[in-house]
Amino acid sequence: MAGEVKTKLSKNLLRMKFMQRGLDSQTKKQLEEEEKKIISEEHWYLDLPDLKEKESFIIEERSFMPCEDLLYGRMSFKGFNPEIEKLMIQMNSRCKEEIEVDDKMEADVSDEEMARRYETLVGTIGKKFLRKRDQRVLQDEDEDEDGNSNTRPSKKAKKKFLKPQD
Amino acid sequence: LCGPGLRRCGAGLLVTKCGLLRHRRAGGAAAGGAYWVDSQQKRYVPVKGDHVIGIVTAKAGDVFKLDVGGSEQASLSYLAFEGATKRNRPNVQVGDLVYGQFLVANKDMEPEMVCIDSSGRSSGMGIIGQDGFLFKVSLGLIRKLLAPKCEIIQELSQLYPFELVLGMNGRIWVKAKTVQQTLIIVNILEACEYMTAEQRKQALARLSGT
Repeated sequence: MAGEVKTKLSKNLLRMKFMQRGLDSQTKKQLEEEEKKIISEEHWYLDLPDLKEKESFIIEERSFMPCEDLLYGRMSFKGFNPEIEKLMIQMNSRCKEEIEVDDKMEADVSDEEMARRYETLVGTIGKKFLRKRDQRVLQDEDEDEDGNSNTRPSKKAKKKFLKPQD
Repeated sequence: LCGPGLRRCGAGLLVTKCGLLRHRRAGGAAAGGAYWVDSQQKRYVPVKGDHVIGIVTAKAGDVFKLDVGGSEQASLSYLAFEGATKRNRPNVQVGDLVYGQFLVANKDMEPEMVCIDSSGRSSGMGIIGQDGFLFKVSLGLIRKLLAPKCEIIQELSQLYPFELVLGMNGRIWVKAKTVQQTLIIVNILEACEYMTAEQRKQALARLSGT
């Protein structure tokens, strides 16, 4: 019996959910398309030709804002309301798109001084770490004969542990 | 771009208001030139996107009714404020002044206002504080005052510190340190419409002198 033709099941039965669980996605798609075709044939549509949309570049506007580039309505003068003054600057710069390079952050310290300070800063912080590392360097030297502490060869010159010569 | 006072009709334009025809060439912000009719009137017609000052007349459940000087009262939902939630309601009473913009404003529907912009920030909109003086002028004066380089405002700002809110519906709210200063500013702004530049400068000189 297995090799013979399967018993014919009706279409409605096949369309039921529990029958479709075993189907592949392809067969599912095919079934959906068939259903859609049936629907679209019954679907009514207008038989008119497509009206060409008149291309016009005229946009109707009923507001005065874009025409005259009006400012923002809330204003404050001479520091009466500092929040609104901040807002004024924001809004008006958005309207006019003036990108002013404000050098408000003037450097209190010149660049050279900054560089000098940074150098010494690195040194002082380096020393802080060096103390602990020095110990490690010493330990390393005891272990390795070479004593090649890779981090700071220059600082090593200061505190070099003299190995007892055998 | 055809602005207020002009209407598109077929392939051409129709003029619907009387006034001066203005033209602005295509700048950086606007795409294409703009034409509009510069007319003068006192009655305001709500337009979408306009910032206006409204007076709260009624609280109806979740919605406030505002008088903006148009033919209908505008509605403002209590959630349209910055940081407002169902639990955290804004403290708005009848008779308060609110500065907001129109979300919906056409001739078929009741105008709706909001006090936040599209990104959810209030950017200066919301309830206007206590004190101060509200008065009405014509719409043409408001537009003149809001023009990018307005001499009147620049000259006034030299006098003394004050705060000013201009609504496109013709309403101006002024607040200065003393009542007298406030009234002075109000009188100048009202009279500005009909004074020439020299008269204005004379008046201001007298004021700053005294």
